[in-house]
Amino acid sequence: MLETRGLSMHFGGVVAVDRVDFSLRENELRCLIGPNGAGKSTFFKCLTAQLRPTAGDVVIRDFNVTGSESHQVARMGVGIKTQVPNVFDGLDVEENIWLSASQSTSVKRARVITTEVIDRLELGDVRKTQLGSLAHGQRQLVELGMVLAGEPWLVILDEPTAGMTQDEVVRTAEIIQEINRSATMIVVEHDMQFIRMIARKVTVFHQGRILIEGAMDEVSSDERVREVYLGQRKSA
Amino acid sequence: MDLVAALALQIVYGIANLVLISIGLAVIFGMMRVINLAHGEFLMLGGYTVIVATNGGVNIWIAMFILAPLIVGIIGLIVEWVLIRFLYGRMVDTLLATWGLSLFFIGLVTSIFGAQTATTIAPPFGPITIGEFSSSGYELFLILVAILLVGMLYFLLRYTKLGLVARGTMQAADMAAALGVSTQRVYSTTFGIGAALSGLAGGLLAPITGILPTIGAIYIGKAFITVISGGTAILAGTASASILLGGINGIVSFVIGPTMGEVALLLLAIFLLRLMPRGITGRFFKRSL
Amino acid sequence: MKRTRETNALVSIGIVGLVVLFAAPQSLELFAVISLTTAVSLAILALSLGLIWGYGGILCFGQTAFFGIGAYAYAIAALNFGGSSSAILVAILVAAAVAAILGYFMFYGRLSDVYLAVITLTLTLILYSVIRRTSGPEYKIGIAKLGGFNGINVPPINYPWDSNHFLFPEQVFYVAMVALLGSYFLCVWLTKSHFGRVSMSIRENEVRTELLGYDVRLYKLCMFTVGGAIAGLGGIMFANSIGRITPDVFNLYNAALAIIWVIIGGRGTLIGPIFGALVLFYLTSFLGQQSVVNINLFLGLVLIIFVLVVPRGIVPSVVQMWDRRRSRRMTARSARKFRRRGRTRVKEGGLEE
Repeated sequence: MLETRGLSMHFGGVVAVDRVDFSLRENELRCLIGPNGAGKSTFFKCLTAQLRPTAGDVVIRDFNVTGSESHQVARMGVGIKTQVPNVFDGLDVEENIWLSASQSTSVKRARVITTEVIDRLELGDVRKTQLGSLAHGQRQLVELGMVLAGEPWLVILDEPTAGMTQDEVVRTAEIIQEINRSATMIVVEHDMQFIRMIARKVTVFHQGRILIEGAMDEVSSDERVREVYLGQRKSA
Repeated sequence: MDLVAALALQIVYGIANLVLISIGLAVIFGMMRVINLAHGEFLMLGGYTVIVATNGGVNIWIAMFILAPLIVGIIGLIVEWVLIRFLYGRMVDTLLATWGLSLFFIGLVTSIFGAQTATTIAPPFGPITIGEFSSSGYELFLILVAILLVGMLYFLLRYTKLGLVARGTMQAADMAAALGVSTQRVYSTTFGIGAALSGLAGGLLAPITGILPTIGAIYIGKAFITVISGGTAILAGTASASILLGGINGIVSFVIGPTMGEVALLLLAIFLLRLMPRGITGRFFKRSL
Repeated sequence: MKRTRETNALVSIGIVGLVVLFAAPQSLELFAVISLTTAVSLAILALSLGLIWGYGGILCFGQTAFFGIGAYAYAIAALNFGGSSSAILVAILVAAAVAAILGYFMFYGRLSDVYLAVITLTLTLILYSVIRRTSGPEYKIGIAKLGGFNGINVPPINYPWDSNHFLFPEQVFYVAMVALLGSYFLCVWLTKSHFGRVSMSIRENEVRTELLGYDVRLYKLCMFTVGGAIAGLGGIMFANSIGRITPDVFNLYNAALAIIWVIIGGRGTLIGPIFGALVLFYLTSFLGQQSVVNINLFLGLVLIIFVLVVPRGIVPSVVQMWDRRRSRRMTARSARKFRRRGRTRVKEGGLEE
């Protein structure tokens, strides 16, 4: 359902993503991992049309989105969460989620969805709190709620657990698995523990290319992966 | 033939004029990403410096090339020290504060010199005759000055330590700061140099335009569009935008009239920015100065 | 709690507006009514800028361009049509159309704040210098001569679709005041609507809004166009109060004034800019009559001081101060209550023992 063909992104002389062919099946939950600078985030930005690739195509459900605007991709039913919490600090939790819900549906229905999402994420206590005064992890959770409220069938998350406490990470893993019941997912991460909690199939990026693709066990026992990624972790 | 030569000269002068009135603004924009809305008043202060000095018996060359940049440069440093440094990182507030400054200078100069045109001074050159057509010698001289100025700035940026620091800051301000360059010092120097260049230009243009407290307004529109159409590369941006906009302005002014020349300038800039939102140098000559 | 306070504020603004609407022409001299009409027309301009800047996050330094275009379009249309009724509509449409065209280029090119500010300011400056040069008889639209720096004599508003009966200055005041109140409540409604909420979220975080699937460019364009239309309406009222429209509406000083009204009144409120315009209109005309302080000097200092010291503007700062005082009083009261309750509990505890 999602496919990239020969996707490349150059910044001046730097090749961040190098002719990547990637494909994703319906209802899959795929993790993208790789060391810093492997091109994960650039790849993410190309998928969500925040960057226009230098070459190649991104095809989502038989629709070529290369050269579209991000809002058009989002409107197809793709939920997107960026790396840094990207929320409306001046608005409260309810308003944040409502804004997301009301994009794709009527105002009345949006209110229902908002209540549902808040209950699901157990955010009832901070319903009326401005995002600016929430803790980092909670803001991440709210952003996840905003993604949910759009009722997407494809969800792309960039480092959803960055800056979360251990409890919040566990909670997020649960939520992600729950979302996966109704939507296909791509999660970009480098927290290996978290990936072990959720991952079935993993794609490893290295130097702008796909190094290996496979089940988590398979990948983590691969010699090359140990070298570029796990090895690096150990030394760090 | 003569008509063509006269037209060509007029266009080249138009380009040189744009370079002169925008270069000081371009330096500040390129380094600090901020448009100085008091730019017109820096030009105006340069003009007043020259007129007051020459009326006081100072040699006109000294007044133009030394006093005007020096005094306006010092004013720029003071402004930076008293006002701008409190607003770093607050782009919109900096714009607003410099606009307040613009009004303040207009008011101050009006209070001192009155709202009317100050005594004008004659250009230090008479007309020059080449073959059958004659031209204003002073305009030729300004073309020369504009070329020299760009050359000097190029040398400064390319081959001096100050230039290296400046180029670093232009590329990535936070990186330069991490390498131990005092961003604060770079910015205050930038503001001083930008102001000095504006003072110089204002002084040079005073004999042509005469001088008024509100004269800044006639320059800034053109200077603003030149700088933002050029983008953040100081020299390549100013030069390319001046050539493009000055050329169009000259041709349209000749064909339809000067009124439409300015309209054409604005329309071209708007189209240009639709195609290249970060200016010419945001798209081409990315690594130029 | 907050909602009711907001409603109260809106109702009181409406009442004050209505009182001024009916009382001013009865109690003031003709000259004062005319100058109040001018002030009201400027307040409409301030409101339009307050809407697009404070709520849409659009940094427009040349909002006077649309105000002036509205005024000029009204004068030209009214002269050509021989009546004001359709001229008013035409003028609002022209102002909105210019805003829409310019907005298309700016927002669909995704220009940054600084670029937007500069382009809009340049637009008004170039209009100023272009229209100043149109004094020759060859510059005319239909039968209306543009008149260069002398401007155009503006035919006054007439009864709807009856061009033989012109309105008296008091009646023009009624129209202007209704226009102000109408635009104000239109803006209030707009900011409460879904459109307004999305616009505010764009102001807060453009990338996020885009990723939620909203076309940010389109929202900004609509906001800017509405702002242009309201500014155009202000321009029509302005032309009527003065009776003549000159290129001076486009000059740098007036562009700065509009910004200063909004800064002083407060971004992010609608009543603030209106308040700023009214106060500054009377203050500057008072300062203009005496010659102690140069007006530019004064305005420049005001702008700098507000940016440095009161960046939020007067109205939001006052509201915040009021809130803080009230919440302090409330906490003091609840603390007292709590202490009392604590004491009883201690007593109860004592009894149990």
